Amino acid sequence: MSKTPKADELSKIDYMPPKSGWMDTPVEFKQGFWCYGSKAKSLETVGFPNPRQWSPADEDWKLPENWQEIVLKGFKERLDKYRSFKVFMDICVRCGACADKCHFFIGSGDPKNMPVLRAELLRSVYRGNFTKAGKILGKLAGARELTYPVLKEWWYYFFQCTECRRCSVFCPYGIDTAEITMMARELLNLLGLNTDWISGPAANCYMKGNHLGLEPHAITGNIEYMLDDIESITGIRIKPTFNRKGAEILFVVPSGDLFADPGTYTTMGELMLFHELGLDYTWSTYASEGGNFGFFTSNEMAKRLNSKIYAEAKRLGVKWIIGGECGHMWRVLHQYMDTWNGPADFLEAPKSPITGTVFENAKSTKMVHIAEFTADLIRHGKLKLDPRRNDHLKVTFHDSCNTSRGMGILEEPRYIIKNVCSHFYEMDENTIREKTFCCGSGSGLNASENIELRMRGGLPRANAVKDVVEKYGVNMLANICAIDRAALPPLMDYWVPGVGVTGVHELVANALVMKGEKERTTNLRGEPLPGVVETREERRKREDRRKEVGRRRKREEG
Amino acid sequence: MKLYNLLSEKKSAILNRWYDAVLDTYPSDTSGFLKGQKNPFLNPVGSTIFQGIENLFEELLYEKNPHSPPHPPLTQGGQERGKGGMGGLSGERASLFLDNIIRIRAVQEFTPSRSIVFILLLKNAIREELKNELVERQLLEELLFFESKIDDMALLSFDIYMKCREKLYELKVNELRRLTFGRLQKADRIDKQENDLKSNNNEALERKEVNK
Amino acid sequence: MNALLSLVAVIVLILIAFIGIKVASLHFLFGVVIPYAAIATFLIGVIYRVVKWGRTPVPFRIPTTCGQQKSLPWIKQSKLDNPSSTSGVIGRMLLEVFLFRSLFSNTKFELKEGPKIAYGSTKWLWLGGLAFHWSFFVVLVRHVRLFTEPVPSFLHSIEVLDGFLQVGALGVLISGVVLLLAVTYLFLRRVFIPEVRYISLAADYFPLFLIMSVALSGILMRYFLRVDLVSIKELTMGLASFSVAVSLEKISVIFYIHLFLVSALFAYIPFSKIMHMGGVFLSPTRNLANNSRMERHINPWNYPVKVHTYEEYEDDFREIMKDAGIPVEKE
Repeated sequence: MSKTPKADELSKIDYMPPKSGWMDTPVEFKQGFWCYGSKAKSLETVGFPNPRQWSPADEDWKLPENWQEIVLKGFKERLDKYRSFKVFMDICVRCGACADKCHFFIGSGDPKNMPVLRAELLRSVYRGNFTKAGKILGKLAGARELTYPVLKEWWYYFFQCTECRRCSVFCPYGIDTAEITMMARELLNLLGLNTDWISGPAANCYMKGNHLGLEPHAITGNIEYMLDDIESITGIRIKPTFNRKGAEILFVVPSGDLFADPGTYTTMGELMLFHELGLDYTWSTYASEGGNFGFFTSNEMAKRLNSKIYAEAKRLGVKWIIGGECGHMWRVLHQYMDTWNGPADFLEAPKSPITGTVFENAKSTKMVHIAEFTADLIRHGKLKLDPRRNDHLKVTFHDSCNTSRGMGILEEPRYIIKNVCSHFYEMDENTIREKTFCCGSGSGLNASENIELRMRGGLPRANAVKDVVEKYGVNMLANICAIDRAALPPLMDYWVPGVGVTGVHELVANALVMKGEKERTTNLRGEPLPGVVETREERRKREDRRKEVGRRRKREEG
Repeated sequence: MKLYNLLSEKKSAILNRWYDAVLDTYPSDTSGFLKGQKNPFLNPVGSTIFQGIENLFEELLYEKNPHSPPHPPLTQGGQERGKGGMGGLSGERASLFLDNIIRIRAVQEFTPSRSIVFILLLKNAIREELKNELVERQLLEELLFFESKIDDMALLSFDIYMKCREKLYELKVNELRRLTFGRLQKADRIDKQENDLKSNNNEALERKEVNK
Repeated sequence: MNALLSLVAVIVLILIAFIGIKVASLHFLFGVVIPYAAIATFLIGVIYRVVKWGRTPVPFRIPTTCGQQKSLPWIKQSKLDNPSSTSGVIGRMLLEVFLFRSLFSNTKFELKEGPKIAYGSTKWLWLGGLAFHWSFFVVLVRHVRLFTEPVPSFLHSIEVLDGFLQVGALGVLISGVVLLLAVTYLFLRRVFIPEVRYISLAADYFPLFLIMSVALSGILMRYFLRVDLVSIKELTMGLASFSVAVSLEKISVIFYIHLFLVSALFAYIPFSKIMHMGGVFLSPTRNLANNSRMERHINPWNYPVKVHTYEEYEDDFREIMKDAGIPVEKE
């Protein structure tokens, strides 16, 4: 918070005088816009440097004596290892095309949230230390020293970037701020400067296989709850398997979907779909995370976490892998996994056992996106669907940053939605597909302490939702990302109350007519289906069931 | 109602002044973007503010103006409606328009007072725009009345601001609660239906034949 | 401030050339030595930079995908915006290099009733950028006539096209005028758009002023201060064939100013952001195909990392797993 203004300043607001240039405007840490610092324990677990108790709000960050040396050495090393980094440090002409493309800039007006300036925070130090012009001309050439305030500025602003790549779409040279943010975060991690919300899950994932730190029994237990619910809704008892050798397919989802609503409904949908197909697949408790918070830490950490997927596929002897609905998970699987931990020559090119389709586009990585898998099923008429069950929903689709700009899976989810729902409406064309706006909470920013940052970052997305709400009465925001499913509900609650959030496979399962199912009266959320008049008896049962679940949970809590 | 006619006449000039004054509460380097970008999807802050102040101004003009036709229906849905009951103001409509702006300012880096000061900036805009007319035509009495309605809106803004902030805390608490629940859950052993699971692996092998 | 300093720097350059010729009569220095030095700096510098970029590995395949991926055969792929083959990448690069497609892609905007006229939109940036680069290119190509004898025929056709506008008796060449206008526009938007002003460095203004002064001096020379074209051509041919044998004093000072500014520009390129012309070809988000699940991309410095193995995991949780009915390796 800025200091309390004097009474006469309140109504009289002068033109702000031209401020000092950005290089001379030191960062001010404002409550609500930064995340807590990483805990010593998390860093120790993964063997990261400088584990200690610290807070970003402290004056002293307890850095090693030679921290500048460490950062500059790391800087040089990365310039030599990544052409992207080297080229992006050199070629920006500051044309300003990216300036208003960042959701954080649009929502905040903070000039340092312009992608070009975010990158200049790093570039200025690059020029000062690694270019002739910068060494000789100094500030004239846009160079500056790496000082303590500069380091703090890095920390503040590189954890205000969601690595969404929207700026990269509009840049005439394809300069990708995500790349720059990744490098900056790597450098910060050399000093033990991360956020708790990132380093905690990364450590969990390293030891326990998933971000949430769910131990084996918790995974099976959570899924058991879902199976109970599925049984009471459909009358069908599903029996999935875990860590089973010899299964044809390994299934990996973001662990968030095992844990919290509405992600759990997506998992329920996937369980129901695979059951209906009779798919020979297994879950794994070791590789129980598709997402990768290591990716928000360093390339090496991301590779360490990602290694489990192929290792487990090999151990279990599966033929190929299906991945659930998740955003950054798919950026990693699509653009990094094979390079890091491949070649997966112990697997086979993915072939759908139901339709016989060979997924040529995944023939090397051997991992298929569940939306690709399901779209193929629907195309071949292998699913019996009753979209009327989703008739109470007016659905719009939010493209996730990573799957749209780091992969390009745009049509598959739309095709599925249009087949399982009768009412689908697109948002404004400037806010979907490759131009989609971030939820405001990606790349490990979905902590609670930075809620103001998340809300304003998500404003452009929410604003486009609001428009289709007003025009068409949209009431459901579909997506294929676990972070979306965690971040969009509060975003909607704040900006456009009344809009629900759902994964695509929840919609699929609601429309899916299963063999031997009883007549369904509710959807996966236990809400009555459209056209179904709930009898008093049914309502009582539903409420009982809800109470029972509540009791069960309370028991566990106590 | 001389003042009202005058205000209607000079509406766009006053709105421009007011809009500029509101945008000047943002850093000067970015107010250009807020003013410049006209696509509401690419500039939700600027367009919401402009739409909002225009609606508010109209709202103020409607009130206690015998020439006003009945209110047009509210077009913006999905918002929590405020309660009426402000002195002479239709609280519901004003709340909605104020809410749109304040909801944004509540998550930007403003102090509470700066978050809602924008409504008071209208007073300056009117005084400056109508400097000569106010004296020449002796409109002081009417002006005071009009300004007191602006004050009402400022009070209403305070309520709305608090509601927005409370909402933010609620969101925070909900997330923390969810997290804590999860931690407790995973710390517990779940005994239920262990036996079921043990047999699942074997059964699956059989199922495979049936379904393939 | 940054703009002012850059302007002063360019004025100083002009004064150096003026004094060098008028006062010190250093015709050989400004007519021969400096141009050679500048070209050498340019060539060596640019090659050095590009080689340095080229030798930096591309560890990951990270194209920014701007359209539908290649997946199932019945889903239409966006072959240019999300290329999966080399030809698609080439198409994407060509559109990027020649038409600035990415800049164009943000031109869609609707004019809504607002209280103020829109500032220069990004469509103007695209148009200005395109006009600037193309006219610069045409002007550059036109200068080839100074270094060739006989002048190649394609140059004549370019000049005919370029000079279709007849103003009085002068054949005005459009390219030079467009260049001057475009560079002025690029300068003005830096000054008048607040966000762009905020991010602009001296290193952004300096090349603009330099190019502006090059264009101005060229235009002055061509239309207003008639210069001895024959001697100039003798000099340039001499420079091209490394045998300068012309009385340099015959050529007027404006030519030396022009030449010195051009030399300064060329020598400055390798040290500046103007290198972006080379960088665009090497940008990994644009010049790679999105086929990372089809073909394995090799990272030359991929190294083994410490992982938490399944065996370690099972050791941690064996009893829990057994209790939960999950199969284990070691009972």
